[in-house]
Amino acid sequence: MTYAIEAEGLVKRFRETQALAGVDLAARKGTVLGLLGPNGAGKTTAVRIFATLLRPDGGRARVAGHDVVREAGVVRSLVGLTGQYAAVDENLTGTENLLLIGRLLGLPRREAKARAGELLERFQLTDAAGRAVKTYSGGMRRRLDLAASLVGRPSILFLDEPTTGLDPHSRGELWDLLRGLVADGATALLTTQYLNEADVLADDIVVIDKGRVIAEGTPDRLKAQVGGQVLELRPILGQDLVRAHALVAGAAGPEARIEGERVTAPVKDPELMPAVVRALDREGIAVGELALRRSSLDEVFLALTGHRAEPGEPEEDGGAAVRDEGELERAVSRS
Amino acid sequence: MTATTVTAPVTGSGRVPPLAGLRQTFTMAWRSLVAVKHNPLELVDYSITPIMFVFLFTYVLGGQMAGSPDAYLKYALPGIIVQNTLFMTVYTAMALNTDLTKGVFDRLRSLPIARSAPLIGRITADLAKHVWAMLLMIGLGLALGFRITGGFGGFLLGALLLVVFAAAVSWSAVLIGMLAGDAEKVQAFAFTLIFPITFTSSAFVVVDTMPGWLQAWSDVNPVTHLSDAFRGLLVGGPVAEPVLWSLVWAAGIALVFYPLAMRAYRAKV
Repeated sequence: MTYAIEAEGLVKRFRETQALAGVDLAARKGTVLGLLGPNGAGKTTAVRIFATLLRPDGGRARVAGHDVVREAGVVRSLVGLTGQYAAVDENLTGTENLLLIGRLLGLPRREAKARAGELLERFQLTDAAGRAVKTYSGGMRRRLDLAASLVGRPSILFLDEPTTGLDPHSRGELWDLLRGLVADGATALLTTQYLNEADVLADDIVVIDKGRVIAEGTPDRLKAQVGGQVLELRPILGQDLVRAHALVAGAAGPEARIEGERVTAPVKDPELMPAVVRALDREGIAVGELALRRSSLDEVFLALTGHRAEPGEPEEDGGAAVRDEGELERAVSRS
Repeated sequence: MTATTVTAPVTGSGRVPPLAGLRQTFTMAWRSLVAVKHNPLELVDYSITPIMFVFLFTYVLGGQMAGSPDAYLKYALPGIIVQNTLFMTVYTAMALNTDLTKGVFDRLRSLPIARSAPLIGRITADLAKHVWAMLLMIGLGLALGFRITGGFGGFLLGALLLVVFAAAVSWSAVLIGMLAGDAEKVQAFAFTLIFPITFTSSAFVVVDTMPGWLQAWSDVNPVTHLSDAFRGLLVGGPVAEPVLWSLVWAAGIALVFYPLAMRAYRAKV
């Protein structure tokens, strides 16, 4: 089977840093593959190789069956890239930015104009179409950037942390746009540090850390694979919280934690739930909520990498993309 | 996405046919020029600053330097234009650096277009801006009393020489733009270099009053040759030698910086 996006044993080194140490991944046509990992895990490097911006040191990467090194020209005509930073010209208007891409792709002026208008409307930028991009908000820039990557109607999209630094509302808008594109048949590789983003958008997920794949599967499978279920308990009275925690910890072990006004604990033993119920009854703690739920991707990530994902570190907007070795090394050493 | 995928005419390796590459270069040049519309600051760089230089040199320094603003304008205008030409190459470096650091080059490189189009397009557009600023300064000079006594042919040749020289220097600007960490560093570095080079030349003064060691430098300074050549072509006078040396310098600068600049560009873009 030919995958829309496929990598085998991808290796990339930057001097001392092993950015990718043999990554395999594959995305079926018409699906979203979430590439998940902390800062410096190698996500951006992988995307840059797929988008023909970097040559791999080893392994192979193919887009729609075309090798990204030997058939770079073909690959470029098939893919759209949205990087970590809105790569649009601040001094051009929204229309001019899209016109520029359309003309570069060889569209006649009239068609390029029509395509620009169509995309601006779809991305709700029609009102701002005639304004210079430097007057746009962060969310508008990202939308325009995504629009710019779609001018040539690419069937395969690479989205490198497209929502990093956006407020929740703008993020939601971008999610809706992405869902629409995939519904139209596009395939997307989406990198993100936001676990819920991968959970919401991705059909399959590959988790990488320090340049290696450490887990893969559907969001549901990943959640099932690690930790399975989580017990969640909320006492009616806040003052019972500590006692409730001690009680759960007695049954589930030291992994029981207090999160807000709840006690949570991973469930490894099916006997835990009845045991907790009996203990609650015995101690006379009134329960507002007691539930078993599947662990969130956040917890999966913690279990896999030994550290929490840190989405709270979006590099400042408009800054430089990780592009030279020095910067990449810094990015890697940060994590 | 369905239906018409745009297949730009590229071969597997990414080579773009020359004609398509040329069209893409012009599209990139269009982009650099249309940006001026939305960025009034650029208008300051390319219009207000040159006008200011002409006024300042003529009316502030003129009387002291040559007895009267009129007399000094006749000597200094070609030199002021040469200095402005050199200054303006810095904007090329800054604009390329901004494209690099803001990720615009990433987007362009992910498109099936000629790799050189963004670079040559930028330089082409900036050369047009050079011509614009030069015409502006000549026009202002004429209004203030400067006369082109070398004839229209002399003026055309002078303008051509200036553009050729600017094109050569642009390659050093490309190198700086590719290597610098940000646009501010480009500016600081380039102006620190250009100021002493222009002021130790015959652009603004007859070099006779400089100390001997400085004269020795200013006699080989490319800005001296270019200023003398441009002045000679505009107002008449010996031009063969300074024009020749200007061309030699332009060729030398291009020979050194073109390969370095292209290497830096290919490494980054």
